Amino acid sequence: MKRFAKLIQQLELSNKTNDKIAALVDYFNYADDKDKIWVIALFTGKKPRRPIKSALLKYWAIEITQTPEWLFSESYSNVGDLSETIALLLPPAEQTSDFQLHKWIENLHDLEGKDDETKKNFILNAWNTLETQERFIFNKLISGNFRIGVSNKMLVNALAKQSSLDSAQIMHSIMGKWNPYEITFTELINGLHVNTDNSWPYPFCLAYALEQETEKLGDISEWQAEWKWDGIRGQIVKRNGELFIWSRGEELVTEQFPELHFLIDILPDGVVIDGEILAVQDKQVLSFSTLQQRLNRKTISKKQLEDAPIGFFVYDILEFEENDFREQPLNERRKVLERLIGGLDESAVILSPVIHCNTWEELAELRQTSRSINSEGIMLKKLSSHYHSGRKRGDWWKWKINPYTVDAVMIYAQKGSGRRANFFTDYTFAVRDGENLVTIAKAYSGLTDKEIKEVNSFVTKNAIEKFGPVRTVKPELVFEIAFEGIAESKRHKAGLALRFPRILRWRKDKKAAEINTLEDLRQLLASTM
Amino acid sequence: MALIEFTKRGIYCKQGDFYVDPWWPVDYAVTTHGHSDHVRFGNKHYLCHTLTKPIIKRRISEDLDVETLNYGESIVRNGVNISFYPAGHIIGSAQVRLEYKGEICVISGDYKTEDDGISDVFEPVKCHSFVSESTFGLPVYKWQKQDIVFDKIKNWVNDNIPQQKTSVLIAYSLGKAQRLIKNLAGNVPIYVHNSIANLNEVIINAGVNLPETIRITPETTKDELQKGIVIVPPAMRDSRWIKNLSHPVTGICSGWMQVRAHRRWQSADAGFALSDHADWTGLMDAITTTGAEKVYVTHGFTAAFSRFLNDEGIESEEVMTKFGQEDDEENKVDLADAENTNTETENQKSV
Repeated sequence: MKRFAKLIQQLELSNKTNDKIAALVDYFNYADDKDKIWVIALFTGKKPRRPIKSALLKYWAIEITQTPEWLFSESYSNVGDLSETIALLLPPAEQTSDFQLHKWIENLHDLEGKDDETKKNFILNAWNTLETQERFIFNKLISGNFRIGVSNKMLVNALAKQSSLDSAQIMHSIMGKWNPYEITFTELINGLHVNTDNSWPYPFCLAYALEQETEKLGDISEWQAEWKWDGIRGQIVKRNGELFIWSRGEELVTEQFPELHFLIDILPDGVVIDGEILAVQDKQVLSFSTLQQRLNRKTISKKQLEDAPIGFFVYDILEFEENDFREQPLNERRKVLERLIGGLDESAVILSPVIHCNTWEELAELRQTSRSINSEGIMLKKLSSHYHSGRKRGDWWKWKINPYTVDAVMIYAQKGSGRRANFFTDYTFAVRDGENLVTIAKAYSGLTDKEIKEVNSFVTKNAIEKFGPVRTVKPELVFEIAFEGIAESKRHKAGLALRFPRILRWRKDKKAAEINTLEDLRQLLASTM
Repeated sequence: MALIEFTKRGIYCKQGDFYVDPWWPVDYAVTTHGHSDHVRFGNKHYLCHTLTKPIIKRRISEDLDVETLNYGESIVRNGVNISFYPAGHIIGSAQVRLEYKGEICVISGDYKTEDDGISDVFEPVKCHSFVSESTFGLPVYKWQKQDIVFDKIKNWVNDNIPQQKTSVLIAYSLGKAQRLIKNLAGNVPIYVHNSIANLNEVIINAGVNLPETIRITPETTKDELQKGIVIVPPAMRDSRWIKNLSHPVTGICSGWMQVRAHRRWQSADAGFALSDHADWTGLMDAITTTGAEKVYVTHGFTAAFSRFLNDEGIESEEVMTKFGQEDDEENKVDLADAENTNTETENQKSV
């Protein structure tokens, strides 16, 4: 546990990827194999089972420190993290212990099904033997996530460096299905578990946003241009007579989309295709807000199936005839994909078309029409590119159309959490509706740290009312809000909702009188329906 | 009648007709210590501790009219007896004890209860009413012993040097810097920024025993700095000068570093929870030892701390002051930078 506590501290102390990787490599060199398994599990979001509710942890901490509940809440809102608040509030440990990480996890696991008194004794004993930083980690094991800026890619790079194995293979292995209670470290990084499991997907190949002129990409004939669809990225896996649909969140969503189940009879075994799950009617893509009606539902009604039919626009093929195809160049993969899917005449599974243009200017012009077909721009993929694991600069670019924007005024501010716990970072914005202001969006990203400090000081000085953590502020600061879409909404007072709103910039040059009106947004809504 | 009232200009003693740490100019200002949120320019007359005199003369103006007291000494002004007791915050920091017709009030200014090795140790003073800060008035702020923290800093420096990294500590020029110097002095040479070196000079001339440090000049080489400890004030934090050092790593020494969110927000390479303010336990101990019937809570977590005291049966009231804005000074620097940057972009656009 001490070693793991030190690792967490090192990861938190540096903002530099190289330092973080070095800390991880160092850890993997010396840590116990069983601990390593858990570190990989925790960092990739595989949580151990939680035998105790965090409310109980809080309750016990309040009880033994005799802290009034309101003071605990004040402390929590300053610290921004429950596990840490408890760790800091407790008196110093009177004993020491040197259990390893996996031992703690196993001990916690054994508490499952035990009565509260047994659980309480275990926890209080543990707290009394751990230092503050270890306690924080211990509490996190029970109640939280380790969000410490270690991406899967960073973790995999560290493992590759430490084990001298291929990083793509490791990514593959840790993305598959495995049980940290059962697998060994060697089995895990060598990926012995993945080949026996029919379902596992490949890591998605992701693109960076294009920041340079298209001309700098070289000749357009070396590139494949496609529409960038605005849906849920997915992978469809067909192996040994079974069909699996994965979303980009590494979630298995097969049951949610019955429209795609017919593929089990169409696709041969040993095939994995990559594409976009979209709302589709008559082979035309519908808006994202239509697709939303179908997301995250346990049961789907007949009406929903009719109102929001689902389709899959296919981009790529990653496995064919049971062979990993990702090292093939894109143009070769495309040929195979066209042979496999191109002949289908199905409304639900469509080969995502390639856009043929002779010049970048022509393509740029076409890009302006993206919205008319519910696309959000263009994808540029080098014809010679492999299907990379994760993000890699240079081969794939997303060239999105500019977002919609609206000028709005800030009316509420709220303190953030975690890193931003002591600054007002979450803002609510309004547009003008006659004499009134009506809320249209909440956003908490897009400002620099310096700007946040400046807004923070404005909020502190101009708070009109206080509702718990929320401050009503004088409507003075104007921001340009970017968003990706607009939809009708009965739940919102404005009667409409913006999709993915974020702060584009602070318009210090504008006064609150100059902001947009609700009517402006209504017109935009009408034009997109 | 109460001995003090809280006015627009600051803490005022009507019976004695003087102010303690006023923020607007007054005739007679009793000064607890030399930090800029407690002593301002423009008062006709200052009363402070002997060691604070040269500090404020250097920081504000040589022309100040300053009268001094040592700890335990007193003077009488309009019948009010004024005396100073150590506050343990920084060199020369004093609690101001006022006595009038048997009524005693202590204004503690900023204070800490732990012995930092360089300031005179905080001395609790019995009183009827007590004015306390509450910078760290939440129970999550409980400091480790300073020896443990200094060991952490030394280990950090000792790890950095062989890795060719330059250890840069960020600390206020007055107070934190001298505390670091006193406690880190040893095998590794300490290099200090001009503003710190200037204050060190003043403090040494006043008779304080401070270990030797090296003033950073344009001639100081990066190589020398890499093998030492560099101490600079907060305003230097994002400076080009630091970026140009050989593999610089910055460490912030502040009580706020107790909490991960603050450490990450500051985006320093290391954070050490070392404060010149009392922690939760220190505040509670100090207050209960004074035996005060009434406690005025100023800058910090005033609402929460004062509510807690009331719940504990100690009558308490939160008071708005302009203290505790040392941190804001840093913000002002940031804002000025931000404005400059904006103007640059505007200009570029218009070109």
